[in-house]
Amino acid sequence: MTNAWTDIKNTDLVVVMGGNAAEAHPCGFKWVTEAKAHRGAKLIVVDPRYTRTASVSDYYAPIRQGSDIAFLNGVMKYCIDNGKVQWEYMKAFTNASYIVKDGFGYKDGLFTGYDENKRDYDKSTWDYVMDDDGFAVTDPTLQHPRCVWNLLKEHLAPYTPELVEQVCGTPKEKFLKVAEMISECSSPTKTMTSMYALGWTQHSKGSQNIRAMAMLQLILGNIGVRGGGMNALRGHSNIQGLTDLGLMSHLLTGYLTMPTEKDVDFTTYMSTRLFKPLRPGQTSYWQNYKKFMVSFQKAMWGDAARADNDWAFNYIPKLDVPAYDILRMFELMHQGKVNGYICQGFNPVLAFPNRNKNVASLSKLKWLVTMDPLETETSRFWENHGEFNDVDTKSIQTEVIQLPTTCFAEEEGSLTNSGRWLQWHWAGGSPPGEAQHDTYIIAQIFLRMRELYRKEGGAFPDPILNMSWDYADPNEPTPEELAKEINGRALTDLMDPTDPTKVQVAAGKQVVNFSQLRDDGSTMAGCWIYSGAFNEQGNNMARRDNHDPDETGAYLGWTFAWPLNRRTLYNRASADLNGKAWDPTRKIIEWDGTKWSGYDVPDIAPNAKPQDVGPFIMNQEGVSRLFARGMMRDGPFPAHMEPFESPVENVFNRKMRGNPVARVFKTDADQLGTSDEFPYAATSYRLTEHFHYWTKHNRVNSALQPEFFVEISEELAKEKKIENGGWVRVWSKRGSVKAKALVTKRIRPLICDGKPVHIVGIPLHWGFTGSAKKGFGPNSLAAFVGDANIETPESKAFLVNIEPSTAPKDKEASV
Amino acid sequence: MSASPKVAAKIGGEDTIHRGPPVEVVRYGPGKRINHWVTAISLILLLISGLAMFHPSLFFLTELFGGGQNTRWIHPWIGVVLFFSFFILFAQLWKLNIPNRDDVKWASQIGDVINGHEERLPELGKYNAGQKFIFWGMASLIIVLISTGIIAWEQYFGHLTSIPTQRIALLIHSLAAVAIILIFILHVYAAIWTRGTISAMTRGTVTGGWAWRHHRKWFKDMAGRGKIDPAE
Amino acid sequence: MMDSPRTAVSNPPVQPMETNLTAKDMIKRSASGDLPAPERQLTPVAKLIDVSKCIGCKACQSACIEWNDTNPEVGENIGVYTNPHDLSENMFTLMRFTEWVNPETDNLEWLIRKDGCMHCSDPGCLKACPSPGAIVQYSNGIVDFIHENCIGCGYCVKGCPFNIPRISKADHRAYKCTLCSDRVAMGQGPACAKACPTQAIVFGTKEDMKKHAEERIADLKSRGYANAGLYDPPGVGGTHVMYVLHHNDKPHIYADLPDNPSISAVVQTWKGATKYAGLAVMGLAAAGTILHGLFGKANRVSKHEEQEAQEAVEEAVDHADKRAEDA
Repeated sequence: MTNAWTDIKNTDLVVVMGGNAAEAHPCGFKWVTEAKAHRGAKLIVVDPRYTRTASVSDYYAPIRQGSDIAFLNGVMKYCIDNGKVQWEYMKAFTNASYIVKDGFGYKDGLFTGYDENKRDYDKSTWDYVMDDDGFAVTDPTLQHPRCVWNLLKEHLAPYTPELVEQVCGTPKEKFLKVAEMISECSSPTKTMTSMYALGWTQHSKGSQNIRAMAMLQLILGNIGVRGGGMNALRGHSNIQGLTDLGLMSHLLTGYLTMPTEKDVDFTTYMSTRLFKPLRPGQTSYWQNYKKFMVSFQKAMWGDAARADNDWAFNYIPKLDVPAYDILRMFELMHQGKVNGYICQGFNPVLAFPNRNKNVASLSKLKWLVTMDPLETETSRFWENHGEFNDVDTKSIQTEVIQLPTTCFAEEEGSLTNSGRWLQWHWAGGSPPGEAQHDTYIIAQIFLRMRELYRKEGGAFPDPILNMSWDYADPNEPTPEELAKEINGRALTDLMDPTDPTKVQVAAGKQVVNFSQLRDDGSTMAGCWIYSGAFNEQGNNMARRDNHDPDETGAYLGWTFAWPLNRRTLYNRASADLNGKAWDPTRKIIEWDGTKWSGYDVPDIAPNAKPQDVGPFIMNQEGVSRLFARGMMRDGPFPAHMEPFESPVENVFNRKMRGNPVARVFKTDADQLGTSDEFPYAATSYRLTEHFHYWTKHNRVNSALQPEFFVEISEELAKEKKIENGGWVRVWSKRGSVKAKALVTKRIRPLICDGKPVHIVGIPLHWGFTGSAKKGFGPNSLAAFVGDANIETPESKAFLVNIEPSTAPKDKEASV
Repeated sequence: MSASPKVAAKIGGEDTIHRGPPVEVVRYGPGKRINHWVTAISLILLLISGLAMFHPSLFFLTELFGGGQNTRWIHPWIGVVLFFSFFILFAQLWKLNIPNRDDVKWASQIGDVINGHEERLPELGKYNAGQKFIFWGMASLIIVLISTGIIAWEQYFGHLTSIPTQRIALLIHSLAAVAIILIFILHVYAAIWTRGTISAMTRGTVTGGWAWRHHRKWFKDMAGRGKIDPAE
Repeated sequence: MMDSPRTAVSNPPVQPMETNLTAKDMIKRSASGDLPAPERQLTPVAKLIDVSKCIGCKACQSACIEWNDTNPEVGENIGVYTNPHDLSENMFTLMRFTEWVNPETDNLEWLIRKDGCMHCSDPGCLKACPSPGAIVQYSNGIVDFIHENCIGCGYCVKGCPFNIPRISKADHRAYKCTLCSDRVAMGQGPACAKACPTQAIVFGTKEDMKKHAEERIADLKSRGYANAGLYDPPGVGGTHVMYVLHHNDKPHIYADLPDNPSISAVVQTWKGATKYAGLAVMGLAAAGTILHGLFGKANRVSKHEEQEAQEAVEEAVDHADKRAEDA
């Protein structure tokens, strides 16, 4: 989220698209009802299904899953064509005026530079024209035909309401109504918020879905303002924390990136990461990269990370591929190239697409360790449950070790919510049985491995032997110790840069925040963006001051938000070029002639003059990007692409399938179905009664939504002679499931590209463990392909067939 | 003296006359008497348990059954017993209770009945119109009560009918219960008021005079057909 | 000192409160005649369910199960979102889902109504109940079942205009929403209202709730729901659970919410005229017979009649013997 949950109450228009906030985030959704009840805000829902969010909306428009870019590009075109643009904001705070290199273009659904064999683009033309000083050339008048603004208009030209209807199946008048309501928020005194979730990310072009909305928000001037923003609704209480702390194979903590094979040494590594400003006088905050990286290395290896050994840079693994994402890991497992798998707090047998492949992959492991508070399908993948898990147990040789862990209510620590708030919580109960905290288990594995390395040596024991493990009880680091380590501290006395005679931070003391981190090895910090969470003031995450001066929704005294306790990112953009709030009733910070101040921590140097420094300090340009240069693999502008399994062809290029640059493994490509064989467009989703595959273990939740079902329209039910509440079989090229049919008016066939498209909705909460009725998940059916940029699987759009069926058979109880 | 072959009824057999003296008439055999008393006790228990649930001032009667919960579950089961018991009786008695012309006359002279001027009334068979009224009244009300009772029997049948239907059933059930109680009172009081009646249901016999006075046609019929047991 | 909680939201202001909802706060008691006026009058409370704010998340059901420690069974999917499929002794409140196409706009509306006891001012259940003290009404408006007095007859089920109470097959007692009387008595709002994430369920004094409803109705009218209104049906004397409905002109579209509920005339007759007249008639009949028995003349058989009978028998025997001899 650029903003916070509590900020949604400040909005005038909520657009829920690519998500289902009321069902998947009912507690956060209260802020939508606040905005509606107290500001008269309107709620728009655009979704293939009439969801529970739609049930409280002011306007609902249907859309075919996987066609969001066409819809959003259509809205952008509508806004531009009708002059509904926050002109001043757009001109000053985006790269609209930047001139793009000759040669860049878009034709037949593809950008310049496509190589079909490599399934990749040569992105050299996707960039700005630079002047001799290395600065980007701009035309503030927006007259230049090659400026971003004009190229954008050209790119959006085909996205007429008629095309939107053709591609998305959204009736033209409904699309126009939505576009009109959204366009009103171009006024500086009207804001719109975008609430989205996995309905946008789980596509082979998920990143571009989000980009399209972000661009729309920039054109409307809704980024950095109260009640605006791009608000990703996180699906777990701490999934934001997961990415923040770098639990992805291509990330280190705080969005520092993993080195690749090309980064032969620290200097080479740093050379591509010290983004220098692309416009004179701009702040490019990543210029501080080295401070954060060196402090990270010091946190990892302490005294073993020194200037003379490149801060132990050679201790970090180097990626030989873009990422070892989950899809790739399971592909490698499937190829028999993985021996062991520690599966911590994850249930891939139900969570990741193509369950048959996942189970086959796990069956090839030598060992699997699961760490979970609950029995999971992954820990029991070898167990036969009749049709519900039809495996031949005897043939599976994987040794499975189940380690019971504590659940959130049995442990202390912080959870980072969607709004980037690090909220400390305390244990509410003692762990049952043999359950142990994850930290204990990981510590035990580490200590035993280190002992083995110490005794037996090995190819490269140094990173393990030298790892900093400075905890009072090495067997179980405490949450507080870890939090302090993440915040960082001075290793030697840090002298004040403005007065070298004064000690700013004494050796051993916590740094106040990341502004005190140094690149000379005198500081350490586990995760720079979290720095400030636990400093000498104490544990700021445990703060519970709910005062909110003037009711702005900021709540600065409540816990800690990264970075620097800032609640709204890019909040300098809430003020105009003179530093005055666009909307005085929605002021966040203002320039008083000498400094920025207000209700939030300014997202700019407090003394940076409003005309001088742009609000998007994490970008080299200092402004936001309508044109993403070569930073996204699938294009600098979002372009319509069909899902890999789509009921219709891509109207821009009828031969093109899916995202042209998304990675597809050979065996998975063979398992992609076509609409002749699988005519129905399936999508997967959560229901409000359950949380993933956890709550089916709870009798209360199970009673509230007991059994697996699929949702279909009355029209499809009639066509296939399916009865409401009867059994159906749903199958794709990759698997088959049996479910109860829920026939509903809430799903209607859409007319796309001239033909009716039927939608099959498949919720995801059932498996073969727990107290609910045994069932299946949509992942038995979904395709094993991911987003071109981040490899999030395309679980929201795939093809299936459906027919009436009988009940699935469980394994007969053995004596 | 040898017994006539026509005088075949066995000692104690129903509808036979003991020569006496004094003359006694067997009005009911042991089977019918047991049947009657099972029915009667059921009806009394139903009446008590039903009244307990009918009016709050009588709720204390639930104590006789060990509390409200017991009263609630036992009442319908007794109803089932009553139903079967009564209809065994019904099967045996219905023919004798078919009204005839004499009953109309009897009923039209109800004043003479009440004032004891039976000599002014026609000679009657085994049952008079009043008894027949009680018989048919009981029979029809029991049908009504068992059917409405089943509809209102929450534990087993509560889900089978709609609530409006159950409400009507309960209203009819209470009205029918009031009616059957009135008939019951009439029945009991008539048995008491008409002295000499009760022994018909206790020992099974009435005096010759009782039969002569109240059911002379029945008496004469028995005598005429020689249903008289031999003198000792 | 407050006598009733004013809110159910998290962390309400903590104020000292005397425990209430004891016998002396009862204003009606089933099968017990008129009660004397209570010494104190508690502030009437109400739960307001704003159907237009409800997202159907079932947190209320979940909270209800947890607080009341009930155990609804894990059922089957029968093609609906309403789970469990009906109210039961283990499920005192239920989100009922209705897919309704608005004939005026041709738009689908998914109506989600939280069903449960309405806590009528004139409670049909209490009227129908034959067991003294099994159903009571407190002066704050809460209608509560006192299970130890319940006999399980199911009359409350028949008496209720909203089809709410359910009889347990396990312990044969009637169950329904208590408006969390055990929480309210201690100054806490109902569990469902506390759990509701969007505050579609709010709780407070009935007066406050009506005021709150007015604001909500104004908001709904501004969004084009011309018939938005408060459901506080006068036929049952008003209720202490009220709804804000977008279409208050047709409550029945919300999973058969009665348009004009009142205690059924049949129940009124049963529990009114029949009860009193029936008892009177039976009493008079019994008394009449007793009086007649005491003072009236019994119908006796005379000696003469006995004699006549004797003679008749003998004559018949003689006649029979003669016939036998003739033969």
